[in-house]
Amino acid sequence: MSKIDRFTAIPVRNQDADVRNKNFEEVCLGYNIEEATAEASRCLECKKPSCVAGCPVSINIPGFIGQIKQGNLEKAGEILFDGSTLPAICGRVCPQESQCEGVCVLNKKGDSVSIGKLERFVADYVNENKTLKVVKKPANGHKVAIVGSGPAGLSCAGELAKAGYDVTIFEALHKAGGVLEYGIPEFRLPKERVVKKEIDNIRNLGVKIETDVIIGRTVTVAKLLTEEGFKAVYLASGAGLPKFMGIPGENYNGVFSANEVLTRSNLMKAFRDEYDTPVFVGKKVVVVGGGNVAMDAARTALRFGAEVHIVYRRSIEELPARVEEVHHAQEEGIIFDVLCNPTEIVGTVSGWVKGVKCLRMELGEPDASGRRSPIPVPGSEFIIEADSVIMSLGTNPNPIINKSTEGLKLNKWECIDACEETGKTSLDGVFAGGDAVTGAATVILAMGAGKKSAVAIDKYISEKYN
Amino acid sequence: MFEIKKHRVLASGISLYQVYAPRVAKSALPGQFVIVRTHEEGERIPLTVADYNAEKGTVTIVIQAVGKATHRIVDLKEGDSFLDFAGPLGHPTELIDEKIEDLKDLKILFVGGGVGAAPIYPQVKWLADKGIKADMILGARSEEQLIIVDELKEVTNNLHLCTNDGSVGRQGFVTDVMKDLREKNEFNYDLIIVIGPMIMMKSVSELTAEYGIKTIASLNTLMVDGTGMCGACRVSIGGKTKFACVDGPEFNAHEVNFDEAMRRQLMFKSEEGQALIKLQKEKEGHKCSCKG
Ligand SMILES: Cc1cc2nc3c(=O)[nH]c(=O)nc-3n(C[C@H](O)[C@H](O)[C@H](O)COP(=O)(O)OP(=O)(O)OC[C@H]3O[C@@H](n4cnc5c(N)ncnc54)[C@H](O)[C@@H]3O)c2cc1C
Ligand code: FES
Repeated sequence: MSKIDRFTAIPVRNQDADVRNKNFEEVCLGYNIEEATAEASRCLECKKPSCVAGCPVSINIPGFIGQIKQGNLEKAGEILFDGSTLPAICGRVCPQESQCEGVCVLNKKGDSVSIGKLERFVADYVNENKTLKVVKKPANGHKVAIVGSGPAGLSCAGELAKAGYDVTIFEALHKAGGVLEYGIPEFRLPKERVVKKEIDNIRNLGVKIETDVIIGRTVTVAKLLTEEGFKAVYLASGAGLPKFMGIPGENYNGVFSANEVLTRSNLMKAFRDEYDTPVFVGKKVVVVGGGNVAMDAARTALRFGAEVHIVYRRSIEELPARVEEVHHAQEEGIIFDVLCNPTEIVGTVSGWVKGVKCLRMELGEPDASGRRSPIPVPGSEFIIEADSVIMSLGTNPNPIINKSTEGLKLNKWECIDACEETGKTSLDGVFAGGDAVTGAATVILAMGAGKKSAVAIDKYISEKYN
Repeated sequence: MFEIKKHRVLASGISLYQVYAPRVAKSALPGQFVIVRTHEEGERIPLTVADYNAEKGTVTIVIQAVGKATHRIVDLKEGDSFLDFAGPLGHPTELIDEKIEDLKDLKILFVGGGVGAAPIYPQVKWLADKGIKADMILGARSEEQLIIVDELKEVTNNLHLCTNDGSVGRQGFVTDVMKDLREKNEFNYDLIIVIGPMIMMKSVSELTAEYGIKTIASLNTLMVDGTGMCGACRVSIGGKTKFACVDGPEFNAHEVNFDEAMRRQLMFKSEEGQALIKLQKEKEGHKCSCKG
């Protein structure tokens, strides 16, 4: 390897855009040991590291990177896993550019250290070589129930298990992982190789996962606390209810929510021949929306062989999706039809999607969110032909728990009202965190919330029962 | 894993399973459904609960083999297991929210078609347990396809049977029986609950709209998760989009857009759907690493 330039990041290898847009293998190939060591050597190991402050779960970033420099991957792993329960996942899906890497001091003169890629490298090493040691306090005999097995639930469960609690996660679906399993596509986050291993780490701490249990239906929160002897319940049920636009034709055959397409593809493995799950997107798909979920749905549809158009009402600059995801999507051949807004889905006589009627938009003054609001151009109506339409307009909290748990206070967005620091809700012994509280956010924020609540639950139970 | 405690063939292609699922059995109420999977590669199949016993920890479901996945189920025997058995999902029938005294004043008619007899059973039985005996009309293609008639006889007041071929009961559709009763001035119901094939629920609903009698239908839409996460199950109720799995499955029949519901139900099975799936398979080729 050539001499290392302190201000230039070691590039990470990706699958070629023209190859990867036809397969479901991981797009980013990650660093090998030489690349990782070289990249690590760029870290200044600042005395007052701003990256740690920028990390929602305060991982000792210079600490683990320092160990990579010395070739001490096991030790690097220990430090990393001490701060995060799901580092192989976070290294892949965190928006590092607006967190740790965004505040790295090297940014002032060049590229920040590729913290995410190094995190991923170390975590994969640990998971592949099974170097993680289970360190936990002796069992204290107190039972805690966790509702939902997404990042919030998993991290809360892991931390409590380490503190000696008897933890059971209840998951509505047949597989654990939440959005990690059903939402984020295989080509960004491999399920068997990454997600399963990190969930196994949590099981190895003694956490039990009961799938096929819908809290609020199969058993209520109240019954967990009374009949089943759980001392506390942590609600981490996510924000899974997809929104639709409410425009005419939205129920034609061939109109799907992004969640449906992603669930069929990820959880139900429609992309594998041996699975029975049906899915189709046709020759041409319109994806409505501009967030990360829209990018994932679009790139999934592309891999099913379709020509994919993303329709978004503002301009490219305003896309809420991560820049990296937008680039990846563009490289793979996704077409962005920006500044246009669907007004109607048009269908055939037999009720199948034929196209999307759109209005052209222009940008007006910035709105409350600081983004310039789109204004329709009069008389600019046109139709984009399509065989299917994927709606990706965000999600609302799932109402099952909220409606079935008496006395649980909700906020004006129908999310669970919980204390930001502790996750305490209006009900004694009931805590909540992750997307169920914040609305759709990120993996790391959900994980951070779970970690904080674990501390609060430990305190609550110790004070009440010891 | 959820063990099959009892298996009974009710008619050709129709099987009854009593499954050990204690958590579900304890919480199930009439009108709710479960989602089952037989094997890792299988689909998630929604099925309305046909009976439940909290003490024994069992839940009964009745399945008619129609597609690949349901064919696989009817091959299962006693002692085999379901890989997944999640529930109970959806809202229970609104009957359970009523005061028993109020229900006693109501004349209730259930109308069942084909395997629709099975999900009606727990509702009629629940009423019978409260001392209320409802009437029922049950229709099927032929005598052989009429299921759980003896069980239903026990819990109903009048049970009218009809078959398309006339092999038993009146020859004709359930709506013909309704019209007969109406002609004889015996059709004085306050509430009608209809469960069966969409097309049959649509016909019943049209007739009762004409008669001006409140009618509830249980919609068996396409579903994936059954927890409100995907929207595959959406239906139009009074012009508004609802999710059958969390807002239903029972709705005011007169508000249901049955034509849309039927079209969506067959999305993957219709000619258009099959053509698109075929196209997809060709374009996609085999691209994952599973078999190389
Ligand atoms: C397609 C997609 C892509 C994304 N990409 C990124 C990304 O790149 N980076 C990033 O940081 N974030 C991303 N996000 C957001 C991120 O995944 C979420 O913010 C995060 O998963 C929230 O975690 P959670 O634990 O709160 O909930 P979830 O992950 O939603 O998990 C909730 C779990 O609870 C279960 N559940 C719900 N109700 C019940 C009940 N009643 N009983 C039992 N279980 C129940 C659900 O089935 C689910 O498994 C993405 C989201 C989506 C949908
Ligand atoms: S089945 Fe997915 S939302 Fe109803």
